[in-house]
Amino acid sequence: MAEADSNNEAHWQRTKNLTIITLIIWFIFAFGVHWFAPQLNSITFLGFPLGFYMAGQGSLFAFVVIIFWFARTQNKIDEEFGVAEDENEDE
Amino acid sequence: MKGDFIQNLGKIYGLYTGGFLLFIILMAILEQAGVSPDTIGYLFVGFTIAIYALIGVLSRTMATDQYYVAGRQVPALYNGMATAADWMSGASFVAMAGGIYFGGYGYMAFLVGWTGGYVLVASLMAPYLRKFGCYTVPDFIGTRYGGNFARLCAVIVLVVASFTYVTAQINATGTVASRALQIPFEVGVWFGLAGILVCSMLGGMRAVTWTQVAQYIVLIVAYIVPVVWMSNKSGFGMIPQLAYGDAVHRVQELEVLHQIGTLKPTEKFGGLAALVNPINAPGDTLMAKWKFATLVLCMMCGTASLPHVLMRYFTTPSVRSARISVGWSILFIFLLYFTAPALATFTKLSLLDPTLATGIIGKSIADVNALEWIQKWSAVDFLRVSDSNGDGILQINELFMRADIVVLATPEIAGLPYVISGLVAAGGMAAAMSTADGLLLAIANALSHDLYYKIIDPKAETKTRLVVARILLLGVGAAGAFVASLKLTSILGAVAWAFDFACSGLFFPLVLGIWWKRANRQGALAGMIGGFVAGSAYLYYVYFAGGTPWFGIDHLRFGVIGMPVSLVLMIVVSLMTEEPDEETQRMVDAVRTPRGGTILDSAH
Repeated sequence: MAEADSNNEAHWQRTKNLTIITLIIWFIFAFGVHWFAPQLNSITFLGFPLGFYMAGQGSLFAFVVIIFWFARTQNKIDEEFGVAEDENEDE
Repeated sequence: MKGDFIQNLGKIYGLYTGGFLLFIILMAILEQAGVSPDTIGYLFVGFTIAIYALIGVLSRTMATDQYYVAGRQVPALYNGMATAADWMSGASFVAMAGGIYFGGYGYMAFLVGWTGGYVLVASLMAPYLRKFGCYTVPDFIGTRYGGNFARLCAVIVLVVASFTYVTAQINATGTVASRALQIPFEVGVWFGLAGILVCSMLGGMRAVTWTQVAQYIVLIVAYIVPVVWMSNKSGFGMIPQLAYGDAVHRVQELEVLHQIGTLKPTEKFGGLAALVNPINAPGDTLMAKWKFATLVLCMMCGTASLPHVLMRYFTTPSVRSARISVGWSILFIFLLYFTAPALATFTKLSLLDPTLATGIIGKSIADVNALEWIQKWSAVDFLRVSDSNGDGILQINELFMRADIVVLATPEIAGLPYVISGLVAAGGMAAAMSTADGLLLAIANALSHDLYYKIIDPKAETKTRLVVARILLLGVGAAGAFVASLKLTSILGAVAWAFDFACSGLFFPLVLGIWWKRANRQGALAGMIGGFVAGSAYLYYVYFAGGTPWFGIDHLRFGVIGMPVSLVLMIVVSLMTEEPDEETQRMVDAVRTPRGGTILDSAH
């Protein structure tokens, strides 16, 4: 029992770390880049003013990538600690 | 076909998509053969609604698990599509590009907010709520914190937020139906509602899920086809989303030519606006940045607390698929959202560029008034051309439009065949109907499961519970249609309010319920009531009582007031009162570990 508890504790620690990293990247694309939009607009990226691009497309794309990366990494953590669901639990 | 429905999803929806494309081609042929545009409009809207109703009827069910969470067997990919349709409402489909057209950069805060919120859903909420095994969001609040009063508070916040949202959707279905079928708006609203109810009443979550997948396919095709067509027509190629950067630059040149931003309208028409905001002018002042950031924040936290979105992740087979399903959801949403600014830009270019046949700014008023689309939209009071300075030439401050018509009118503005307009009307209808389905279901489920079954009559039989759910669905739907027919606020205003209500009352009680073991019932109650009341009071102060906004926090972002109040109260009150009992703490531990059965049993 004690062993299972410490395993779960370690799993939760890793989960928390991953969540914090995810949220830091999220914060940068949600708020950080847009704060500097007027400055970024002087740069041209793929034919767009960069500030406009980040709000219209760049941040959105980043969010898609972050979520898939998060899901994959969390899955690996679950498997590593042996707390992932069994395949037949999917039923 | 071998195997059951779930195993054949790919085939079924593949056939469906093929059939829909064939239908579009058939309509195009009919148009060439001389069938009137009105008939094509009827056929598009009528045919698609009939398909959704058919799916709804085929998916009828009397099993609680099927009714509330679609039997928890929706594969992640299809749940992603259903969530995307559930999520993308009349506001996303009908109003968003129009907002970007008129608002420029500032409006793109909605794009960032309505996508970034899913990072919060994926990392903070969805997998844990799925593990919990609840049917509704108040189900989680009621079990985690204990007691019927906490459950009731969650139900109230849910109903207020979702009902505000649903009126906006029914408003949107009414707008589309009245234009496509040429019936009065007040009748269109009831027509839209009838379609919505057939899909959700008989089959609950199961029917809604499978109609939403069908609606997603219609709405995404309807959104992307006109933009690709317009882009191709004006020489920007087949992938407008990557190529419209040059169009942005061109619009910026034309803005100088047409004096956009300096030439202000001298007349006023209710609900209509002239273009005064440049396409790309992020403010450099602290206030402008703050306003952008606060709107993003409210929309994101609202996303992560809106019950109709969260409950979609209760339908996946596992915690793992709940997580990946959030990824699919946002990918499918992204497809529409990164197209919206492209649509706004190409529409602007079509109207502003004097070298294009479609450009009308700078032409003579008489010529413009002779255009068919100008006449059609003026006739329903959604557009106005007015020669304010009497020089006989159309200036930018003399063209007035309702923002909500940009997407619907774009095919006509750009001179595309009418079949595209019919397609867009069907897409707008799909977007509004799918969201209204999800919202009505969220409200009816919370009332029937949490209020009626868990609080009023815990001994109610399964059959009675589901009958109650259906009656409530009818009642709530009718109330929504009635409120929508009064036209209290714009589509967008109502949608933003729904997000602010949800994040003021529910965001922290949900997040801390998972992430902070020490959170207890008293704290959650203080957080829900305090945040919700503070946010609502501020909305009243700033919108209805005519108060001056504090630090630029206007009625669209009152969640900025509600959320901190909720957080502080929840933490302070929790710490001042007793720790939650051991059983609750063990429950939180179990929620954090994917392995093992759900906390609530499968037919609670």
